[in-house]
Amino acid sequence: MQTMFSGKKITGILGILPERSYTFEEETQDFSSLRAKRLKKVMGYGQRRRAKKETSTADLCIYGMRKLLDENRIAREEIGALIVVTLTPDYFLPHVSNIIQGECGLSHDVLCLDIPQGCAGYILGLLESFMLLEHMKDKKVVLVTGDVVNRKERDNEIFINPPSGGDAAAITIIENCVENNDIYVDIKTCGEERNALIYPGGGFRFPQGHMFEDKVDIGDGELREPYAINMDGTMVFNFAQREVPILLDELFSFAGKEKEDIDYFLFHQPNQFMLEKLAEKINVPKDKLFMNLVERYGNSNASTIPLVIADNLADKVLVSQYNCCLTGFGAGLALGGILMPLGNMSFCEIVNSNL
Amino acid sequence: MNDILAMLNELRPEFDFEASDNFIEDGFLDSFDVVALSDMFEKKYNIVIDALDILPENFANIDAMINLIKNSGGAV
Repeated sequence: MQTMFSGKKITGILGILPERSYTFEEETQDFSSLRAKRLKKVMGYGQRRRAKKETSTADLCIYGMRKLLDENRIAREEIGALIVVTLTPDYFLPHVSNIIQGECGLSHDVLCLDIPQGCAGYILGLLESFMLLEHMKDKKVVLVTGDVVNRKERDNEIFINPPSGGDAAAITIIENCVENNDIYVDIKTCGEERNALIYPGGGFRFPQGHMFEDKVDIGDGELREPYAINMDGTMVFNFAQREVPILLDELFSFAGKEKEDIDYFLFHQPNQFMLEKLAEKINVPKDKLFMNLVERYGNSNASTIPLVIADNLADKVLVSQYNCCLTGFGAGLALGGILMPLGNMSFCEIVNSNL
Repeated sequence: MNDILAMLNELRPEFDFEASDNFIEDGFLDSFDVVALSDMFEKKYNIVIDALDILPENFANIDAMINLIKNSGGAV
């Protein structure tokens, strides 16, 4: 799907991190030293954030939302819609957006919507936000991304080895503006490749009781719990290297822009190797494509793009404006890109919570 | 061939690579090893491996790896 918008902008980003972390060395003690060193260097793994055992996705999001309200970064009456993108909701029902709305005392007129999406989720969330703003006049959309996976992995001993996911949330404020800053969006879905990244347990096809069956060889010689999360890393890597360049070519053609027009390429960050190969493939200078997030916080699914912005460009986007290319890719398998100006924000920062 | 075998033994010393015809199917190498080997080959043979060539079948055995290195412009 290709579409465009005008007169909309991101006016604030707040990243929310849990206070604790795992280090790569701690988690790879059973690896040969060469293998661990290679992976750390090539994949860019360092540490990843983990929430406390009792912390949920909604807890991280509510922490951030309350901070914004308490510090008058946004007023309750300004909010027209609350969108939450997460793969780790607290419950099937109620939705995380409803929990946040209730806990933060937001108006009953706020439209609440959960989108169950992963690494392309920020792009889908922004698209949904832009569409809603067409009907909201002076109200703002609050886009919340968040996932807390690590405590559940620990409880159930369900690991991806070596683990790379990091717990985090981010809140993005989107609103209408008078500037004619054109925004171009392209989103694709490749559902035929969905099994490359799958977490079958816990849904209604395989209810939770099935998750604790004996481990089985699912085809690659490694024993796994049959309903635990499973990623075919090579297939996901190949998907990204094959489809992202095509997506970006089509997006730039649609927008009538060149890659040289872009100041920053703000990509989802699964690992450094994938990003370096993508930078080669799309012929983008590595200094325009940040790769440092996975080393600092881990892969936080839909939150990586707002965290990349807040971690690398916070000072810049408060005072100036930059032409940016945002790109997410992963579970679905799905991918999406947005060309839009980013800048002159009211706030852009990351906060460490006590969660 | 000996260089590649040495790299494999250094990376995953717990496996006997000479006893396997398919390192992927036998579970000797996973996707992280494929990435690590790609980086090792690029450094060792001064090549750039096309991202779309980083596929399991190109790391299934030493012959496949030699072909990958040669197709990437390396001498092995």
